[in-house]
Amino acid sequence: MKGWNWDGFFDYLTNTYMLEGAAVTLGLTIAAMSLGLVAGCVVALMRMSPFRVLSSIAYFYTWLIRGTPLLVQLIIIYTGLPQLGIKFSVLESTLIGLVINEAAYLSEIIRAGISSVPKGQTNAARAIGMTEIQKMRYIIAPQAARIIIPPLGNSVNGCLKTTSIASVISMEELLRRTQVLIQEKFMVLELFVVAALYYLVMTTVWDLIQRRIERHFGRGYDIKADTATQR
Amino acid sequence: MQPMIVLEDVDKWYGSNFQVLKSCSLTVSPGEVVVICGPSGSGKSTLIKCVNGLEPVQGGRITVKDMEVTGGRTDLPKLRSHVGMVFQHFDLFPHMTVTENICIGQTRVLGRSQAEAEAKTAALLERVGMSGHAHKYPIQLSGGQQQRIAIARALAMDPIALLFDEPTSALDPEMINEVLDVMVELAKEGMTMMVVTHEMGFARKVADRVVFMDGGEVVEDSPKDAFFASPKSQRAVDFLSKILAH
Ligand SMILES: Nc1ncnc2c1ncn2[C@@H]1O[C@H](COP(=O)(O)OP(=O)(O)OP(=O)(O)O)[C@@H](O)[C@H]1O
Ligand SMILES: [Mg+2]
Repeated sequence: MKGWNWDGFFDYLTNTYMLEGAAVTLGLTIAAMSLGLVAGCVVALMRMSPFRVLSSIAYFYTWLIRGTPLLVQLIIIYTGLPQLGIKFSVLESTLIGLVINEAAYLSEIIRAGISSVPKGQTNAARAIGMTEIQKMRYIIAPQAARIIIPPLGNSVNGCLKTTSIASVISMEELLRRTQVLIQEKFMVLELFVVAALYYLVMTTVWDLIQRRIERHFGRGYDIKADTATQR
Repeated sequence: MQPMIVLEDVDKWYGSNFQVLKSCSLTVSPGEVVVICGPSGSGKSTLIKCVNGLEPVQGGRITVKDMEVTGGRTDLPKLRSHVGMVFQHFDLFPHMTVTENICIGQTRVLGRSQAEAEAKTAALLERVGMSGHAHKYPIQLSGGQQQRIAIARALAMDPIALLFDEPTSALDPEMINEVLDVMVELAKEGMTMMVVTHEMGFARKVADRVVFMDGGEVVEDSPKDAFFASPKSQRAVDFLSKILAH
């Protein structure tokens, strides 16, 4: 039995190769979430539009993406599509896979958020002469955000971890790099614990950020908090 | 004198087989206060929402001053910025303070500076008796206070006319008067108002005319005194006896 190697553990905890892997994971998450959020808004608006064609396309899209595993989608994009002459690099395939997934899930979250704003708000915004865009920006979106942010935060947390699936198409993110080092050094437990700790740090920091954002969009809803900040 | 609001033979359907407004015609002159009443479901809310284009109509013509509401070529946001509306459930913006609620239309729609908007807001809060509440959120106010803020929000746009849809019917009885008092003041100052309400005391005090609706039709449109003294239609008689009974 080899036992636990503390020196090896601390070495890898500050290993640049591992830290870079974590940075890639973080970068993938940020890119996938921001692009996914934009695309998700488009899908959500299409889904809620009065035009049947648009809403059907959006419905089909979310049904397709949510109904199939990301792992399968990634392999189709990276390994399967070249068969038809469509080639994407590892990074491109990973980003495409993550973004189309986030867009599908986020569109449902966004749609629920927008639908939760009462119809009276729309009438009130229009009644003071706001255009549809002003109404969306100043009245509907901030109120929808309050509903959207908790599940959106969950999605960020999930995405940080889901990026690890891209290791199967050899994307050099945190998990892939952990596996590469294990091939060389055979310190399986130490390396996986280090990787787990990196994920934990990233998700914990995100938790703290999320709580601040929630507080911001919660203003006007919690009487006690509002009275306290007023003094 | 050029009328302020004109409805000519307005028809409206919800879906293809439910006609909610049937050839409704109505004229409101500048400075006039017209009270609209009628049983639940008679189309009062629908009618008043058509005036500022919140609801589209399928037939007839609506004009406000020299702006045509119907016809599809109108800049509806622009029209609405000139016509204030107050709703049954106040519909203040819950994520904004009282001041922000009253400023947002001034700055974003009318293009006033923040300072200008805030000065106007302070004056309006004074006018509706809500000066001490500028930095509160709607959830921290009573219903009557919220409705007075909603009136201030509408007034901030310097409207040429105000539309009210049952402004007091969601309020506890002890709060009704604080809102009606503000409305009475507005009427006295010469504001043109269309008011859907069952507050017959208010109608008696300030209305010029009373319109009675039933089943999507304007059944009666009479000067206030004539309406209360001797309603022309049996339906209005029945309605009055019901709401005046309690
Ligand atoms: N969006 C809608 N779609 C379909 N029918 C509607 C819609 N809004 C209202 N109606 C119907 O139209 C009729 C008139 O409604 P409206 O709200 O104008 O009545 P009202 O006179 O204001 O009644 P109340 O005194 O209850 O407020 C009612 O039968 C109502 O059920
Ligand atoms: Mg109504």
